[in-house]
Amino acid sequence: MGTEMTGASSLVKSLEAAGVDVMFGIPGGAVLPVYDPLFDSKIRHILVRHEQGAGHAATGYAQVTGRVGVCMATSGPGATNLVTPLADAQMDSVPLVAITGQVPSAAIGTDAFQEADIRGITMPITKHNYLVTNPDDIPRAIAEAFHIASTGRPGPVLVDIAKDALQKMTNFSYPTSIQFAGYKPQVEPDAQAIRDAVALIAQAKKPVFYVGGGIIKANASRQLMQIAELLGAPVVTTLMARGAFPDSHNLHLGMPGMHGTVAAVTALQKSDLLITLGARFDDRVTGKLSSFAVNAKVIHADIDPAEIGKNRFADVPIIGDLAHTLNVLIPALQAEFKKNKPDLTVWWRQMSSLRATYPLGYDKPADGSVSPQYVIERLGAISGPDSIYVAGVGQHQMWASQFVKYEKPRTWLNSGGLGTMGYAVPAAMGAKVGMPDTTVWAIDGDGCFQMTNQELVTCALNNIPIKVAIINNESLGMVRQWQTMFYEGRYSNTSLHSKRIPDFVKLADAMGCAGLRCERPEDVDAVIKEAMSINDQPVVVDFRVFRDAMVWPMVAAGTSNDEIMIARGIAPDWDSQEL
Amino acid sequence: MSTHTLAVLVENSPGVLARVASLFSRRAYNIDSLAVGPTENPDISRMTIVLNLDGHVLDQVMAQLYKLVNVIAISEMTDNTTIKRELLLVKVETGSHRNELAAIVEKYSAVIVNEDEGFFTVEATGVPAQIEGLLNELTPYGIKELVQSGLVALEKGSAALSDRTLSAQGISTLHEIGTQADYQN
Repeated sequence: MGTEMTGASSLVKSLEAAGVDVMFGIPGGAVLPVYDPLFDSKIRHILVRHEQGAGHAATGYAQVTGRVGVCMATSGPGATNLVTPLADAQMDSVPLVAITGQVPSAAIGTDAFQEADIRGITMPITKHNYLVTNPDDIPRAIAEAFHIASTGRPGPVLVDIAKDALQKMTNFSYPTSIQFAGYKPQVEPDAQAIRDAVALIAQAKKPVFYVGGGIIKANASRQLMQIAELLGAPVVTTLMARGAFPDSHNLHLGMPGMHGTVAAVTALQKSDLLITLGARFDDRVTGKLSSFAVNAKVIHADIDPAEIGKNRFADVPIIGDLAHTLNVLIPALQAEFKKNKPDLTVWWRQMSSLRATYPLGYDKPADGSVSPQYVIERLGAISGPDSIYVAGVGQHQMWASQFVKYEKPRTWLNSGGLGTMGYAVPAAMGAKVGMPDTTVWAIDGDGCFQMTNQELVTCALNNIPIKVAIINNESLGMVRQWQTMFYEGRYSNTSLHSKRIPDFVKLADAMGCAGLRCERPEDVDAVIKEAMSINDQPVVVDFRVFRDAMVWPMVAAGTSNDEIMIARGIAPDWDSQEL
Repeated sequence: MSTHTLAVLVENSPGVLARVASLFSRRAYNIDSLAVGPTENPDISRMTIVLNLDGHVLDQVMAQLYKLVNVIAISEMTDNTTIKRELLLVKVETGSHRNELAAIVEKYSAVIVNEDEGFFTVEATGVPAQIEGLLNELTPYGIKELVQSGLVALEKGSAALSDRTLSAQGISTLHEIGTQADYQN
């Protein structure tokens, strides 16, 4: 028997036992019992201004530390405000535990005040969830939630606890072990699959490492470097994998996909073997699926068996943790290469030519205004590869993935799968809490920033000095780009007028942050350096940039990667390429 | 498109049916029928799901189902290796066709379980083709109402889905609980 206490105390003790050091949340009626014992706990609870901010902050914390992020909200609207960050974490495989208060168990199902069936609502957007109505079940539910969130393919787990279960007395005893009837992620790869993969790699003439966010989740960047250098094949890193492999490395062709480099997109298209590591053949990478890499065989290594064959047939599936998989695959390849190693000279001649001919670039605005790409490029250069960069969603996100040069895993955070506008500020807050000694830049759009900037108040009050670069083109820029390209320039509802209202400098000031503004290209470096020098409060920089800049290259949605454009209506000069 | 039958063992926990239904709904898999009930183990329920889909999608459906934490084991129930049955209760007006109806019922090894107020209530079990055949023959006489269970299936011989769970195969699902620091590597 354990110690007698309330369910709420049992919950706080359980969170402590699970190793939680920080959580983000907002109290309310149903969850109120938890906040009393939490007052005395060593757990740091950061009081946010909106529950969505709590969820994204937990994600930011999890993405930079590799630990489970924790957020808490009350029943009803508090819980439903967590829906977006939970869906976001589910899509990007982020280990989260969300705790919500629920109305008392006797009131469940009666449409009680602040009642919402959050377990039902979040079933499709969580890895698993619980509704706890008996206080004795709390420690086990928490232990299971942390285990499920952090093992296998990581993901969010919600634990909804009825208020009476928090108030009633129970005996606290944290389990030392837990048992599932059916949950057992496969960690070790199958030996035959490894042999089959070796055989395919040994025969390949045009292999490519197609690297996804799973490499970062598995902390397998070191092994990725080893296997890449062993084979000497081109590496492409998806939006979720930026930083998994150094941008400065000669084998790296950059990011594939809708706004990928010509070399990375073409490498996948022309490949005869995709060595797929923790990637999921997302439509933003494949373009029109039936025309994606049509001559390639596929090795697909992933911890999640349901990713195998979901979008693309895998010739060799390898289920397992990527670090374990590569630890076995690397020596197997070394042995094979003593007898037989693919000669990639011709393949590299083609890829090197593409890389040299079509580097990422941008035009300077003719009107002398600030180029958004230039701001982001300078930000990355000045703040450097040890900083953490967190983007919102849209044009600025793509430019941040293209023009900041990433050298290390867990230095690039964004909402890749769900594409959640407003992710940047709260996620940067969580990242800074997780890595307080590291410079954290939110690179945000003026549209995104206006969705979640209230968390700057949280940052200012809690000594979380993040830096925010607003790439202010006074538009929903990516939507505007699509209107330019596909809707004859009819800019329906994409003008935000954010160079007029709000005044971001005054807004920053009102929220306890330093506010800076930059309107001329020649001032960009100085303003970035000024922002870098302020470390005792959050900084917001309003970079007023050229409105009509577009993200290039681009593969239009639903079209083939072969139809990549390097500028509006301009395809690469394939005839001059030897492919 | 073809028809496939899956047997799924699930933990007998609240919300598990909703989880399965939600999965099928959001992945746009079409369910022809779903039958769920208790098993020889009070902690485990068994679902039999009949799906209409392309063959290569079946592996994907099974993999997605197995991602649900409460799902314990899944197997396809093929025609050759399993016994499949559906239950039908159907109400037909007797009228002046009492003998003809009785003959049809006997032909399909069905049973008249109730005769009242000029109506037969017929109970039939069989494979879907038999049930369909019976209904086709009864339709001209006027079917007042009918109810069908979903298909259920059990493997022939000694084979049992319950032998293919992790615990039955001796695969430990016991996890030692450390603090969160253990998850960081």
